[in-house]
Amino acid sequence: MHIPDGFIDAPTSLAFGAVAAAGVAVAIRAARRSLDERAAPLAGLTAVFVFAAQMINFPVAAGTSGHLLGGALAAVLVGPAAGVLALTVVLVLQAFLFADGGLSALGLNVTNIALLATVAAWAVFLALRAVLPKTRASVTAAASIAAFVSVPVSSLGFVLQYAVGGTGTVDVGTVLWSVLSVHVLIGAGEAVITGLVVASVLASRSDLVAGWRPGRAGSMAAAA
Amino acid sequence: MSASVTSRWFFVAGAVVALALAGVASYYASSDPDGLERVAADEGFIDDATEHVLADSPLADYGVAGVEDARLSVGLAGVVGVLATALVGGGGFWLLTRRKGGDGDRRTSPAS
Repeated sequence: MHIPDGFIDAPTSLAFGAVAAAGVAVAIRAARRSLDERAAPLAGLTAVFVFAAQMINFPVAAGTSGHLLGGALAAVLVGPAAGVLALTVVLVLQAFLFADGGLSALGLNVTNIALLATVAAWAVFLALRAVLPKTRASVTAAASIAAFVSVPVSSLGFVLQYAVGGTGTVDVGTVLWSVLSVHVLIGAGEAVITGLVVASVLASRSDLVAGWRPGRAGSMAAAA
Repeated sequence: MSASVTSRWFFVAGAVVALALAGVASYYASSDPDGLERVAADEGFIDDATEHVLADSPLADYGVAGVEDARLSVGLAGVVGVLATALVGGGGFWLLTRRKGGDGDRRTSPAS
């Protein structure tokens, strides 16, 4: 999922660098408002877990693999703002420390993986939570479904970037179909992992989970 | 109960899981191309990718330069990554939330 240098031309990469920077700036402001001292350690652990989990590529089809993106997981555990920041930290370290994801493509990757996946997941999660019963099982299910949706949505970010400034010669429609079909499969893996982790954290420390906590902004109580 | 384990155990367990994934399980991860690489190969634009500027850096591609044993190389790289993420992420979030209290900001005690 990490875009290397060269797939997308320089002006487009630069433009999405600006989009990414703006998104991260908004996330910093929002996190500063919504995150309290108690939530900081879980936000840090979420970044650590997403980094570790992204090293585990799982097979999705013959000769193709995928790995967790983590947008839904991060949003449900620590809220969308801190989630965006956790994923951004992971992407920056991957690009600079491990040469994973091009440096010129960092804005593209932050836009797709940190911003798009996380925000899309949070929107789906909120919508589902509003209509589902207030139980751990339904919060877990909502997180899983949000995770499933977030991966193809994130991949659509790439399709948009390809449409604007792709260096390839294949038409956008072909790339769209190709990208979506494989990322729906990866989304299934994302759903399973996200569900397992959210269920585990809810079982042990539901008080820390932003998508569960009662009596807070963006919480169960607020959604009810 | 909402908190069936103490914070200490929760974060120790989380750290252990992350270290086990990055340090041990990563060796067994699929080495097939990921979704985007596969699409790029199928649609003929994989060769548009240019070499990473930092391709020769010591931890490039999740391996430690000079460590021959593949299991050790990826495992060590994973552990370094976990520690680096904990440092940057943990430190960043600590600063972000600490600053709020330090400024004498509008919500000094949001916890109930």
